[in-house]
Amino acid sequence: MTDLLAYYPPWFLEQGAALLPILPLLVGAILAILPTNAAGRSLSWWGALAVAVVLIYTSLGQMLLVYTEGPYQYFMGDWEPPRGISLDVDALNTPIALLVSIMAFVALLYARASVIAEVEPKKHGPFYGAFLFVVAGLLGMLLSGDAFNIFVFVEISSISTYVLVAMGSSRDRRALPAAFNYLILGSIGATFYVIGVGFLFAETGTLNMKEMAFLLSQLDGGSRVAQVGFAFVVIGLGLKLAMFPLHTWLPAAYAHAPSFVTIFLASTATKVALYLLIRFIFTVFDPSLAYVSTIVTYGITALAVAAMLFSSTQAIFQTDARRVLAYSSVAQVGYILLGIGLGTVAGLSAGYLHLINHAVIKGGLFVCLGAFWYHYGITRTADFAGLGKMMPWTMGAFTICALSLIGVPLTAGFISKLNLASAAADQGWWWAVAVIMISSILAIIYMGRIILTAYFQPPPAAAHGMTHREATPLMSIAMFTLATISVVIGIVPEGVVEVADRAARTVLPLGGL
Amino acid sequence: MSDQMLMILALLIPTVAAFIIPVVGKVPNLREAVSFIAGAALLAVVVLLIQRVGAGERPELYLGEFAGRFEIKFVLEPLGAMFAAIASSLWIVNSLFTLGYMRGNNEVKQTRFFTCVAIAIAAAMGIALSGNLITLFIFYEVLTISTFPLVTHKGDAAARKGGTVYALILMGTSLGLLFPAIIGTQIIAGSTDFVVGGVFGPEVSMTAVGILLFLFAYGIGKAALMPIHPWLPNAMVAPTPVSALLHAVAVVKAGVFTMLKVVVYTFGPDLTYASGASTVLAWIAAASIVIASLIALRQDNLKKRLAYSTVSQLSYVTLGAMLAAPAALLGAGLQIVMHAWGKITLFMCAGAIYTVAHRSNVSSFDGLGRSMPWVFGAFLIGAFSIIGIPPMGGSWAKFYLILGSLESSKALIIAALIVSSILNVLYLIPVAGRAFLLPAPDETADAAIKAGRRQHWAVILPPVVTAAGACVLFFFAGDIAEFLTPMLPTAGVN
Repeated sequence: MTDLLAYYPPWFLEQGAALLPILPLLVGAILAILPTNAAGRSLSWWGALAVAVVLIYTSLGQMLLVYTEGPYQYFMGDWEPPRGISLDVDALNTPIALLVSIMAFVALLYARASVIAEVEPKKHGPFYGAFLFVVAGLLGMLLSGDAFNIFVFVEISSISTYVLVAMGSSRDRRALPAAFNYLILGSIGATFYVIGVGFLFAETGTLNMKEMAFLLSQLDGGSRVAQVGFAFVVIGLGLKLAMFPLHTWLPAAYAHAPSFVTIFLASTATKVALYLLIRFIFTVFDPSLAYVSTIVTYGITALAVAAMLFSSTQAIFQTDARRVLAYSSVAQVGYILLGIGLGTVAGLSAGYLHLINHAVIKGGLFVCLGAFWYHYGITRTADFAGLGKMMPWTMGAFTICALSLIGVPLTAGFISKLNLASAAADQGWWWAVAVIMISSILAIIYMGRIILTAYFQPPPAAAHGMTHREATPLMSIAMFTLATISVVIGIVPEGVVEVADRAARTVLPLGGL
Repeated sequence: MSDQMLMILALLIPTVAAFIIPVVGKVPNLREAVSFIAGAALLAVVVLLIQRVGAGERPELYLGEFAGRFEIKFVLEPLGAMFAAIASSLWIVNSLFTLGYMRGNNEVKQTRFFTCVAIAIAAAMGIALSGNLITLFIFYEVLTISTFPLVTHKGDAAARKGGTVYALILMGTSLGLLFPAIIGTQIIAGSTDFVVGGVFGPEVSMTAVGILLFLFAYGIGKAALMPIHPWLPNAMVAPTPVSALLHAVAVVKAGVFTMLKVVVYTFGPDLTYASGASTVLAWIAAASIVIASLIALRQDNLKKRLAYSTVSQLSYVTLGAMLAAPAALLGAGLQIVMHAWGKITLFMCAGAIYTVAHRSNVSSFDGLGRSMPWVFGAFLIGAFSIIGIPPMGGSWAKFYLILGSLESSKALIIAALIVSSILNVLYLIPVAGRAFLLPAPDETADAAIKAGRRQHWAVILPPVVTAAGACVLFFFAGDIAEFLTPMLPTAGVN
């Protein structure tokens, strides 16, 4: 893999870290003011797609650079911290940056047809512009080494996300309350985060995370101010990453946003917030501090278990397929949190692995769901009847992703569960193994219900005489790319596991709690 | 050819067949030819492998690390070779039967059917060759998923219900119990490899062993130990060739094979015997044997009756494994072979009766023996083998199991075996008895069957062949037992 670096000009590798958040920010602003005629609408899509391609190229380059030459700091405008802002580029954040870029690209493939159907024509330019702002915000959250700068990027991505969710209103008015709900809770989350950062600033006098970490480690046993700051940061990020029970904004937002937005959000937004949680717990703070390890080992683990059991159960009783997947997402976040809660290299690696795998799987599922909606207007699980016959290929991709979500061997989901369960067992947390298994069985039920309906119920009478249609070619490419990735990871997991191991070792060089 | 090459071929032949079958699906004769050629080639490969295993070799194929902490590898040992031999040889016979059945009953989607069967055989090969539990688990799940479309082949409400129970129980138990058991083995023993005498060290706690043994016994849902057996009768909604090959041979035998393999190579007979859990499980298996036989007695639908009979017969293998005495383990191995040949005969007879005479309830078989003498003759022979009457293969399995119960000083188990044999007689013999001895209620219908049976030769020949096989196996039981003996830890000492 690393020999791919030969295809990168040296200056591009040097400046790539800055390009990642800045490029989508600039292009997004341009797309927003494009003319609203057909050419302008088409151009806005092509523009966003081109940005996604450049981002994939750039983030891959940064990841390989870190793998060969180790982590480094990029100083914006050559202003060194603490005055300037630094970007921390390491093995923990570059793979997620690559993931975000790839998911942006795949989601855009899907978007071509769906956005035309879901968003008013005159809003296409601003829509894609806002989408690029979200991407820029997420990449900024990933790379920034400055705690306050992260808050800025959180707001950039969040505010644009509220806009995107609200744009679902031309299809479904319920998008408006969903977006408003999300706005309120998201703002509370961001506020908690910034209050937490304020406490930390008061204690350490710096916003640079590396310095902050150093100064916090100098405090003997931690101070009360730092403890309060830690609590605020964890809760603020918990809202963003839909940590149970702070997840209440998520199902409605996923269900009523334009389908393209859901695909991208479900596979990236919560993941980036999870990354920030990992960053704060393990690098800014020190997991060997008593209050950090208590919150991680007991607090986060307990919430993880609650999510895995409770949200999986809730998913079973949903009638809207989008909500089934949304509640499932909350449960899957629980798996990742459990990996964090373990606090070992193996646990964190398994959590990180699931972060990647779940992004691919859930993205694939939502693409298929979007295709069902696009062609037949189907979102309720009861209406899936006969889809196995009406859209056999799309339903096939859906089934592959669903099996992966359940964790059947030869799929990505199996690899994450295998690693997570063995990491838990390694620690002697046998009850956690049991929880993982119970949650898997609940997943069999909520996904199996949809699949069985699709394959065994006859199509509704209204569908008689309708020739069976497939998703548009671009949508099919999107869903089969993701389904294939999830199977390939399931068969040859070495590469992704290596990525996860490197990430875990980056933040836990000494081996964890 | 090198060992590795042969093992790769054993895995690849059915896989490749699964890819070719849909390509040539438009030409039925060519499509079926693929199944036959693949079956013959696979059998040849397995025979070569068996010779090497018999000579004391242990062919090994290492595919590399998996997910950083596990290994994918294949090691062939006697038990696996035996399972591979059963699956590959009966695949050929069953292909002929499938051809006759599917065409005789004008079944739809035959291409999908043959493809899924080929995948299932590939999975069975993977299970047979697995060198550790993780590898085995992967193929175990592939087998579940590839057989799901076969079980629900008809696609109606009954198929849906049966398929749901099938998937829920098999996937639920494997993901919920077997998977943690494997992880537990990996963590406690440090390895999931199959080693003669077991992988656990002497310092392992008996509580942990007991819990793991229970997790395995119920995690291996395919072994259908009561009370997780309902998937098996529910799977009878499938077309009969599926019931014959998969629910008498590949799937259920994969289950009991895994059970036996875990006891022999993961725990080791000594550790299994020493743990209290094995005694409890032996009694559960004994209860399973008797209760399932009692239920079988009350079934009028022949396939349902055979399904419960299978539940009962599978528990013989579990029982043998849990007794963990040398003779009992050999008996369990023999039971896998003998029951496979006997039960596939019975299922194919049921399918032949359905195809030729369109009857599926035992109560409607009166006098049918005179118009279908070969089929009911084969049924009788198969039934003898299942019951364990000499000179049929099944008698040796029962004999070894009785010996094993004495060896492990659980003589009371013999009572369960005897009761079950009596029940076997009561629910199997009347099927053929009614057909041969009672007068037919409607002579004209039987005359029509007589006239029409020639064109259905493809469903009548296979059960006759396997019935003959069940008979011949009686004389080779000693050889099979000798072949299996190296799996026992004391083999090196003697």
